Amino acid sequence: MLSKRIIPCLDVHEGRVVKGTNFVQLRDAGDPVELAALYDKEGADELIFLDITASSDKRETMVEVVRRTAEQVFIPFTIGGGLRTIEDIRRMLRAGADKIALNTSAVQNPRLIQEGAHAFGSQCIVVAVDARSTAPGKWEVYIHGGRTATGKDVLEWVEEAEALGAGEILLTSMDRDGTKAGYELELTRAVSRAVSLPVIASGGVGTLEHLAEGLTLGEADAVLAASIFHYKEYSIEEAKRYLSEQGILVRPC
Amino acid sequence: MIGIVDYGRGNLRSVEKALEKVGFEVKIMTSPEELRGVDGLILPGVGAFADAMEALKQGGWILPITQFARSGRPFLGICLGMQVLFEIGEEHGEHAGLGLLPGRVVKFPPGGKVPHMGWNSLNLEQPCPLLEQIPNESFFYFVHSYYAEPNEKSDIFATSDYGVVFAALVGRDNIWGAQFHPEKSSPWGLQLLTNFGKLVNDYATLSSH
Repeated sequence: MLSKRIIPCLDVHEGRVVKGTNFVQLRDAGDPVELAALYDKEGADELIFLDITASSDKRETMVEVVRRTAEQVFIPFTIGGGLRTIEDIRRMLRAGADKIALNTSAVQNPRLIQEGAHAFGSQCIVVAVDARSTAPGKWEVYIHGGRTATGKDVLEWVEEAEALGAGEILLTSMDRDGTKAGYELELTRAVSRAVSLPVIASGGVGTLEHLAEGLTLGEADAVLAASIFHYKEYSIEEAKRYLSEQGILVRPC
Repeated sequence: MIGIVDYGRGNLRSVEKALEKVGFEVKIMTSPEELRGVDGLILPGVGAFADAMEALKQGGWILPITQFARSGRPFLGICLGMQVLFEIGEEHGEHAGLGLLPGRVVKFPPGGKVPHMGWNSLNLEQPCPLLEQIPNESFFYFVHSYYAEPNEKSDIFATSDYGVVFAALVGRDNIWGAQFHPEKSSPWGLQLLTNFGKLVNDYATLSSH
């Protein structure tokens, strides 16, 4: 049967991992490729690189990171951040990325989802949604890294994204992000039920219990986490062992 | 030397790097003339069935690939490259495939999430050289919305379960097809590519004598 996925997320700025890492076995804790290869070895199911480089003229650095990653990492990996055109997408896929994540650019130009899916297949188009609660059972889509409200309803937007050809939804709760209070389960479940695409839960994970809740009560297909893995609070193996004990099917490390 | 068919579909770089990682010489081939110098061949692919067949046709690949497969040299189709080995694909209407294996490619029944995306385990149905040293229920990475239904049970070497039990690894003589992505299925996928590379080396050694 299909297993649930655990996906570490790496924030990359000008070719370097920015959130701290406590991996003593790394020669260079700031090198995203070395960290990615370690996560592959430890049993991560996929990886996501989020390029937070502000200026687009430094974006070539990320293409180089992707190229080097493809030489050493043999699990699927996704690139997000600052991809605005079909050409941007093509460059990342050609460099060796398996999927790309669109956020702000997809909201501003939904046709990009359609064109990307048509040119490269839905399987490589992930739509990343930053959601903030506005009322009980209502969430609004935010863009520009969570700084700009769009007036778009999250559930309507994910349905539109699916219709346009998105292959997966990466759902981040802005209310929970960085809080370590757990995923926003009601939001995650609502999105999982609104679309028939795989949903990756993100934002708020602080414990292994949170991972399990995201997959069971949140009905997500995959869980994304950054700090709990980067700071070695838990290893991938510990996370998988815990999930397995909870009766959740995961790929053994 | 293992050739990878570049017909504009699929993540060639991943397949190339994975084979290099396990120690094999690889060549990405942009024209059918290059087929002559290779001992083994990989046909990758993502996207739609008809679109892939059209791209193979446009590139003049169909006859050379068919001849290669019939020459006895090891040949492996991956994902969509596996599906087009069959006679007919039902994605967006009925379309002819390469017809190297008898059977059709059909859509997952409604109910589950499509595409089938993620890590699923293989049930080994019969031993074969590609599965050597790979334990039963090892996990591999899949991304697909359609699956192959071979006519002959003897062509199925491993299955996987996604609501329906479907053919995950198929083969006949020197022709192999993997529905999953071995190049993205560390560590067992790399073992499978190692096994394929060995078949290629064995063939090359045998034919040079």
